[in-house]
Amino acid sequence: MAVEAPPKVAEVIAGELKPSRARRFDRGRSWALGIWSALALLYLFIPIFVIVVFSFNDPAGRFNFTWQGFTLDHWLHPFTNPDLATAMKNSVLIALVSTVVATALGTFMAMALVRYGFRGRSLVDFFVFLPLSTPEVVIGAALLALFLTMSVNTGFATIVIAHVMFTVSYVVVTVKARLEGMDRHIEEAAMDLGATEWTTFRKVTLPMIAPGVAAAALLAAAISVDDYVITSFNAGQTITFPLFIFGATRQGVPPEVNVLATGLLLIVLILMALNVMLQRRLARRDAARTA
Amino acid sequence: MSVLRLSLNQRRKLTPWMFLAPGLLWLIVFFLIPLINQWNVSLMTGNPEDGYTFTWAWSTYTDAISEYDEQFLRSIGYAATATILTFVIAFPLAYFIAFKAGRWKNFMLLLIILPFFVSFVLRTVSWQLILADDGFVVDTLKSIGLVGDDGRLLATSTAVVAGITYNFLPFMALPLYVSLEKIDKRFIEAATDLYASRATAFRKVTLPLALPGIFAGSLLTFIPACGDFINAALLGTPRQYMIGNVIQNKYLIIQDYPSAAALSFILMTFILIGIFLYARVLGARNLTEAAI
Repeated sequence: MAVEAPPKVAEVIAGELKPSRARRFDRGRSWALGIWSALALLYLFIPIFVIVVFSFNDPAGRFNFTWQGFTLDHWLHPFTNPDLATAMKNSVLIALVSTVVATALGTFMAMALVRYGFRGRSLVDFFVFLPLSTPEVVIGAALLALFLTMSVNTGFATIVIAHVMFTVSYVVVTVKARLEGMDRHIEEAAMDLGATEWTTFRKVTLPMIAPGVAAAALLAAAISVDDYVITSFNAGQTITFPLFIFGATRQGVPPEVNVLATGLLLIVLILMALNVMLQRRLARRDAARTA
Repeated sequence: MSVLRLSLNQRRKLTPWMFLAPGLLWLIVFFLIPLINQWNVSLMTGNPEDGYTFTWAWSTYTDAISEYDEQFLRSIGYAATATILTFVIAFPLAYFIAFKAGRWKNFMLLLIILPFFVSFVLRTVSWQLILADDGFVVDTLKSIGLVGDDGRLLATSTAVVAGITYNFLPFMALPLYVSLEKIDKRFIEAATDLYASRATAFRKVTLPLALPGIFAGSLLTFIPACGDFINAALLGTPRQYMIGNVIQNKYLIIQDYPSAAALSFILMTFILIGIFLYARVLGARNLTEAAI
């Protein structure tokens, strides 16, 4: 009897008293958390909402600050400002080139860091992490100082160099995460069956880490397109999209900028929706096949 | 057999370095050497017209600190305030997504990431518009008396800190979510089964297990916030300028390279020491591990 007593007390507490009070408390807490979360997300979207709304504004003067009236003009002719068009073109080109280079360099580095035990690995790990923990203003300034010392003219090429430099660490971190969650035995099997290291990499490793590499490339491209700080130091006379916006704040940012920003967001949303639909279709097909 | 194994061994020793070489070289040439060169530049004297020569001018450092101590302290103050604010805003959000969101989880995560696809500079310009003197927000705050009749939000410290908080909120929210998501819920159940109150379970189980995320999130917020100059430039006035503004100004406009180099060196050293101490205090095993 004495042995049975404690569980009974615990059962009573667990089964009757605690849940009812706890559940009510829980529900209240969930509500509070939910409202807080909704407000936090709203906070994130307030400025974006303003950007979207003002892309339809018809400003009287140069300043797109107050609501004047609805127009679709800027949506129909987003590239009327030649400087803005050049800036956008530069940003896209810089992102493309630097993403390809950084993704290639970073993927190989991640391979080496995850797949091989070698002396100096933790040092390399730390060295790759260092640019991530350095303020952008320091990276940009140091690079500019180097270009000045070497009397290299800053411009398109130096921007690409800078972007590869600071996106490569992001690529390494992203691809590493993917590699660490991967089964090594499949690669070992390929090598046991006589594949060379290079063939194994091409035919086995690369297809398996492809999602990680794609995510890393997307991240690198997004960081490159959006970078202002490092670019501002190494741009010379070249203007990118963020540099154009910053420069335009004094004379008023034209609504075409809002149109391009909203357009980019729409493209991203459409791509994400397509991705979800594709995943669902694949999942359904797999389910049908197994059934 | 032994010959073959030896050559394989040697090849295996070389392979990682072959994989590493291109990227490592890029980082050495365009990250490490610039930093060393910047240290070199910081010890030069001269002027923009005649150029600068190396003279072991340590005085640049003492001058820089005594002249810009205000901007340094302001950077640290703004960055620390913004980091705490992002934590206060992001922790309940991350907690909700990790434990309560159910089928809304992915959607909410998407909403946190989505702002990244709108230009950082443009979002800050947008805040300029929202906080403007005759804007809706200032009018509302005036009518409820939170802001005086001639009060303003734009061009104040509040605006700059709010801007930094806004811009780095996702950097805090995402690592927090990742670490909370990883927590095995049975640990928390076990704690409450063992008669820990909800608060105790949270304090003794959830919070310690979320430490890596708190660590990563606050670093990802504090470091860039310390060097940020866009928020101060767009939402503040020279009276709100941070050390990033000074460095940028000196490099690109005044062309006082040694002083700018010294300032960015001090900033970097301060941050590295800060990370180190922080890691010691929180006992995070591995910095890179925390960052992922």
